[in-house]
Amino acid sequence: MCLGIPGQVVEIVDPNDHRAIVDVDGVRREVNVGLVMGDAGGLQVGEWVLIHVGFAMTKLDEEEAASTLEFIKQLGSVYEDEIRDFSQEAPL
Amino acid sequence: MKFVDEYRDPAAARSILEHITRLAAGGHYKFMEVCGGHTHTIYKHGIENVLPDTVELVHGPGCPVCVIPMGRVEDAIAVAETPGVIFTSFGDMMRVPGANGNLLEAKARGADVRMVYSPLDALRIAVANPDKQVVFFAVGFETTAPSTAVTLIKAREKGIENFSLFCNHVTIVPPLRAILASPDLRLDGFLGPGHVSTVIGNRPYRFVPKDFGLPLVTAGFEPLDILQAILMLLRQIDEGRCEVENQYTRAVPEHGNIKALEVINTVFELRPHFEWRGLGFISQSALKLRDEFADWDAELKFSIPGVRVADPKACQCGEVLKGVIKPWECKVFGTACTPETPIGTCMVSSEGACAAYYNYGRFTKHQTVPVQLTSPAKTPAAV
Repeated sequence: MCLGIPGQVVEIVDPNDHRAIVDVDGVRREVNVGLVMGDAGGLQVGEWVLIHVGFAMTKLDEEEAASTLEFIKQLGSVYEDEIRDFSQEAPL
Repeated sequence: MKFVDEYRDPAAARSILEHITRLAAGGHYKFMEVCGGHTHTIYKHGIENVLPDTVELVHGPGCPVCVIPMGRVEDAIAVAETPGVIFTSFGDMMRVPGANGNLLEAKARGADVRMVYSPLDALRIAVANPDKQVVFFAVGFETTAPSTAVTLIKAREKGIENFSLFCNHVTIVPPLRAILASPDLRLDGFLGPGHVSTVIGNRPYRFVPKDFGLPLVTAGFEPLDILQAILMLLRQIDEGRCEVENQYTRAVPEHGNIKALEVINTVFELRPHFEWRGLGFISQSALKLRDEFADWDAELKFSIPGVRVADPKACQCGEVLKGVIKPWECKVFGTACTPETPIGTCMVSSEGACAAYYNYGRFTKHQTVPVQLTSPAKTPAAV
C-alpha cells in the first residue's frame, strides 16, 4: 500500500476542490491534487504525478514517470493489485 | 548474472557492484533498509544475491501494515461489529489477524466491512449513507497521513458528521531511534525510505549521523537505486564521512512537501506513546486527532476495548521487524505461517519481509549466483 504509481494529469476538474483526472497506464480516475498544486507553476494538464491512495504526492518528470511505471509493472501482482484498486470506485 | 541483466541498466549495475565489492572488501557491512517497498524490491530482484558477502541487508520496520499490534486489530473489529457501522479499510489491513480472526472474517460474520482505495472513498460512502456511521481504519507512515488529513479537513468543511477515523498513523523517526538504541543490533548505516521522504524531506534523519554516528542515504525503489545508495553509504564510510544523503533526488525534495506537512499538523498531534508490533511501546511515535477534530475521532465516538494482545508465541515478527533475525529463521516461516494463512503481519503485506521473501526469495537465497564483473570500471554519473 505504500506504493506510489505515476499518472498523467488529463483534466483539472475543479481547481478549488483540488480535483483532477489522471491517467495511469490507460486507466483514468479522479484524484486529489491539493498537495502538489502549491508547487512552482501550479499543476497543469499534461504533467506527471506520483499517486498514493488517491492523492498526488509529488510531481515527476515524464522520463521518471515512464521508468517508474515500467519498474512497477515488473512487480507483477503488485502492479495488478494497485491498478485494480485504482480503477475501482468504492461501492456506495 | 541472472538478476543484473534484468535491471534497467545492466552495465551501470555491474559498475556499481564492482565499486561496492572493492569498497566493502575486507569488512562486513550491515545496512538496514527502512522501507517495506525497498524490502520488496530487494527480494523480487535478487539484490542480496548480487551483492558481495561483505554487504548484508537487514530489513527494517517500514511496512505500515506490519507494525500494527494485534490489540489494535481487535479494536478495529470491535468497531466494525458495532451495529450501524460501515467499516472501511485498505485491503492489506483486512487480512491482518487479531486475537480472534481478521476483518474479512468479521465481514463474513455479518459486519459491513468494505475495502477502499482511498480515504476519500470512505468519505464518499459516508455521504451516500447518512443513516450509517462510516469509520476509516487509518494506517500508514507520513506518506499516507496527509491523505487522511485532507479527507478529515473536507469532512469538517462539508459538515459530514457520520464519518470518523480510527487513527493508527505512525511516524518513522521514533522507531529508527528505538532500533538504534537497542543493544540487539549493530548496524553500519541506513537506506532511508523513499516515499516517506517525499513528505518529510531529509532533515528529520539528521539525528542518525549526529547522535549515532551512522550514515543514511535516502533511496529510490529500483534495483539500481538501491545499489547506488549502498555504494553511497560505503563511500561515506571509506572517506570517513557520516551524513544524510539523497540518492532519490528525482522524487524527494530536501525539505519534503510543505503542504503535506501543514495538513498533518492541522489535523494530528503526537500520541504520548503507541504500541508497535515487536518493538513495544515507543513514546511520541504515532499520531492522534487534535481536539478540534474530536467529533471525527472513532476512539471517542465508539467504545474501544483497548486490550493489549500479546503476539502468538510462535510468531517472531518482532525480531524480523527489528532486523534481529531473517524471515526464514522464524520457526513458523513457510510452514504454519504463509501468505494464505498468515500468523504474523510480516507475512500479510506484500511489503512485509516474510511475504516478500516467501514469494521471491526462498528458492534463491542459498544458491550461489556467480557475480561476473566484466564492464569497464567507471563511476556512474549519478553517484
